[in-house]
Amino acid sequence: MAEVKTRDFVSASDAAMRDASLRRALRQVGGGFNEARLEAIEEVSWETWEEWREVARRTKIHALENLDYYLEMLHDRVTAAGGHVHFARDAAQANAIVAEIARSRSVKIATKSKSMVSEELDLNHTLDANGVEVYETDLGEYIIQLAGETPSHLVAPALHKTKEQVSELFHQKLGVPLTDDIEEMARVARQVLREKFLSADLGISGANFLVAETGTLVIITNEGNGRLCTSAPRIHIGITGMEKVIPSLQDLAVFLRLLPRSATGQRLTSYVSMVTGPRRNDDEDGPEEFHLVLVDNGRSRLLADPELREALYCIRCGACLNICPVYGKIGGHAYGWVYPGPIGAIVSPTLVGLKEAKDLPHASSLCGACREVCPIRINIPRMLLHLRHRLAESPLETENATTTGERQAAQAYSWLMSNPAALSAAAKVGRLAQKPFVSGGKVSKRVPLPLVSRWTGGRDLPAMPRQTFREIWAQGLESEAEIRE
Amino acid sequence: MTQRDEVHASLFVTCIVDQLYPQVGVSAVRVLRRHGVVVDFPEDQTCCGQPLYNSGFTQKARQLATRVLDSFSLSDYVVVPSGSCAAMLKVFYLELFAGESGLQERAAELADKVYEFSEFLVKVLDVEDVGSRFPAKATFHSGCHLLREMEVQQEPLSLLEQVEGLEVAPLPQPDNCCGFGGTFSVKYPHISQGMMDDKVSNVLSTGANFLVSCDMSCLMHIGGGLSRQGHQVEIRHIAEVLEGLPDEGGQSLG
Repeated sequence: MAEVKTRDFVSASDAAMRDASLRRALRQVGGGFNEARLEAIEEVSWETWEEWREVARRTKIHALENLDYYLEMLHDRVTAAGGHVHFARDAAQANAIVAEIARSRSVKIATKSKSMVSEELDLNHTLDANGVEVYETDLGEYIIQLAGETPSHLVAPALHKTKEQVSELFHQKLGVPLTDDIEEMARVARQVLREKFLSADLGISGANFLVAETGTLVIITNEGNGRLCTSAPRIHIGITGMEKVIPSLQDLAVFLRLLPRSATGQRLTSYVSMVTGPRRNDDEDGPEEFHLVLVDNGRSRLLADPELREALYCIRCGACLNICPVYGKIGGHAYGWVYPGPIGAIVSPTLVGLKEAKDLPHASSLCGACREVCPIRINIPRMLLHLRHRLAESPLETENATTTGERQAAQAYSWLMSNPAALSAAAKVGRLAQKPFVSGGKVSKRVPLPLVSRWTGGRDLPAMPRQTFREIWAQGLESEAEIRE
Repeated sequence: MTQRDEVHASLFVTCIVDQLYPQVGVSAVRVLRRHGVVVDFPEDQTCCGQPLYNSGFTQKARQLATRVLDSFSLSDYVVVPSGSCAAMLKVFYLELFAGESGLQERAAELADKVYEFSEFLVKVLDVEDVGSRFPAKATFHSGCHLLREMEVQQEPLSLLEQVEGLEVAPLPQPDNCCGFGGTFSVKYPHISQGMMDDKVSNVLSTGANFLVSCDMSCLMHIGGGLSRQGHQVEIRHIAEVLEGLPDEGGQSLG
C-alpha cells in the first residue's frame, strides 16, 4: 500500500504554506476549475442540475445497499464476455494478483492510464520489483512519475507543479530544451509514450464506473491514453475499488453528465471508453485477455458503517478539492496519503486508521462549500464531525486520540458554561488578570497561554471589555425600554 | 401597538458577544425594541455548545444544548446575533439529538423559533428599512453557517441597503470562508491565517472603512488580521450599523 504520511500533517501543511511555487500553482489552476464548473451547470440550469444530483445519489445509495447482488452480476457478465474477475481483500492481495498475471504471461513493459486505486496500492512499486517497466501515460501522471512524486489532486495529479517546473523536469530527464509552451511539452510526452504504447505487453487502467448488467468497465479521459492502454497491449487489467459498480447502462448516463461538469466544467470528456471483456473473434483490435481486479482494502468497513457509508458514493470528480479553501492553501500532498482534500480527510482516516490520520478530520473550517458542490450531495462536513467525535469520545482505544490536556480543556469549558455564576466570576477574574497584557484595547502577543498565543501569532485579540453583556443587561438595559416610554 | 400584537422575543446573545463584544448585544436589543419587540434575556444562558460539538465532544455539547432547550422553552422567538450560533441551535441540535425521544422533539420545537438577527428583522418583523443612518463606506462578509446552514443571503444586504448614508461595496469572492472555523483557527493557525490573508486582501480591495458581518467570530478573526497588519478598517456587527448613529453632528465616518 502507498506510504502513509498522515501523521506529518501539521509540518507538511506548514511547509506547503511557505512554498511559493506551490501557492502559485494552486492559484493558477484552482479557480479555473470552479468557474468552468459553474458555467457548465448554468448552461443546463440549476434546476436540472439538482435533478441529476438527486438521481445520481439515489443510484449510488441503491447500488451500495445491494452491492453483493451487483458485484455478483458484474462478475457473471464479465466472465460471460470472456474476462476474468479477481476480488482482492487488501492492497497486498491486489498487488499479488497483478504481479502474478504479469509474471505468468512474461510481461516486460506495461502502460498505465490514470488510476487512483493503483496509487492507493502503490502498484507501480510492486510491478517494478517484479521486473516490469511501468509507464504512466496520463500527462499529469507521467510528469509526477518522472519526478518521483505522488498525485496531489484526484483529477489533475500534477496540479502542484508550475509549467516552469515541468519544463525543467523534461529538460533534465528527457534532455529536451526548456520551453514555456505547454503544447510543446505535451508533444514531447506524446512522442515518448507513443513508442511505449506500441511495445507494451500489458495495459493497466482504473475505472470510473463498472456497469453490472453488461459487465462493462467505463473510463473517461481527455487524452486518449486510456483507450490506447485498454486496446493496444495483449493484456488489459482494469483495477478499481468495488464501490464503482452501478446497476445499468441507463444509470451511467447521469454520471457521464455529472462527472465531467463537476471535474473540469466539460459537457463530456474527449473520450468515453467502454470495455466489455477482451477482443472478440470479429474484432480488429483489442486485448487477448481482460482481467478485472476489484479491491476492497477497507471499503467494506466503510460500507458497514452507517455514519460513513456516504463516502463510498464519491465519483472522484475533485470538485470538493477545487472549492476547498484549505486545499487551496496547502495542496494535496500535505494530507499525507493518496486521497487529499475534504473527501480525502474522510477516506484516508477510514482506510489507513483513524488515529494514524487524526489531524485530517480537523483540517477543515467546516465551511460547507464541499457539500454544496458535491455532485452526489455527499455531506462531507457531517462525516468530518463524526470522525472528530470518534477521536474525542470513542470508547475504543484504537480510535480515541484525545490528549489529557484536550480532555481537561473540554471538561473545564463545559463546566464553566454550565455555571452562569462561575462564568460571571471568571469574567471578573479575567478582566483583572489581563491588565498587565493589555494595551490599546488589545491583548499583547506575549500572553503565556498556548491557546492565546496560537491566536495572537498573526491576529490581534480584543481585550475583555469593562462589562459583559449580562452585566449591562442587569444594570439597566433590561429596564431601558420602560425608561424610554 | 396593542398588547395582542406585541412580538415577544428572547435574545440568545452568544458567549462571544456576552464576553467580548457586549455593545453588539446592546445594539441588537435597541433595534428590536425600536420595532416594537418585547425583548427578554434568559439570564442562565451561556454557550450553545458549538466549540465542543465541532471538537468532537458531542456528549459534552449535548449537556450545554440541553441547557439551551431549558432556557428557551417558553420563548416565542429566539433571536441570535450570529449566523453560526443560530445554525447550531437550528440545524445541529437536530443532529445532536437525533433519535433521542423527548429531546429530539424539543430540539425541533426550538429550531422552529430560532432566527438569526437580520433574518428575524426581515422575515418576522417584515422590516427592511430600520430607519437608521450610518454615513460610511462598508463591505459585508457573510459567515459560512449563515450562508449554507441558515441559508440567509439577501436579508442582511437588504437591511444595509436601506441605511441612510451607508455605501455598501460588494466584497469579492463573497462565498469564501474567512478561515476562522472555531477551533480550526487555533489548531492550524498557519492555514487559518492564510485564508484570512485572502479575505483581508478582498476587504481592502473594496476601499471600505468598515467590515460588517452577522458574526462576531469571523469579525474577530478578520478584524484581528486587519489590525495586526496595520489597516484602518474597523469591524462592526450588523446590529451596530442598524442601531446607527444619532442624527446630531452629521459628521461622516472614515
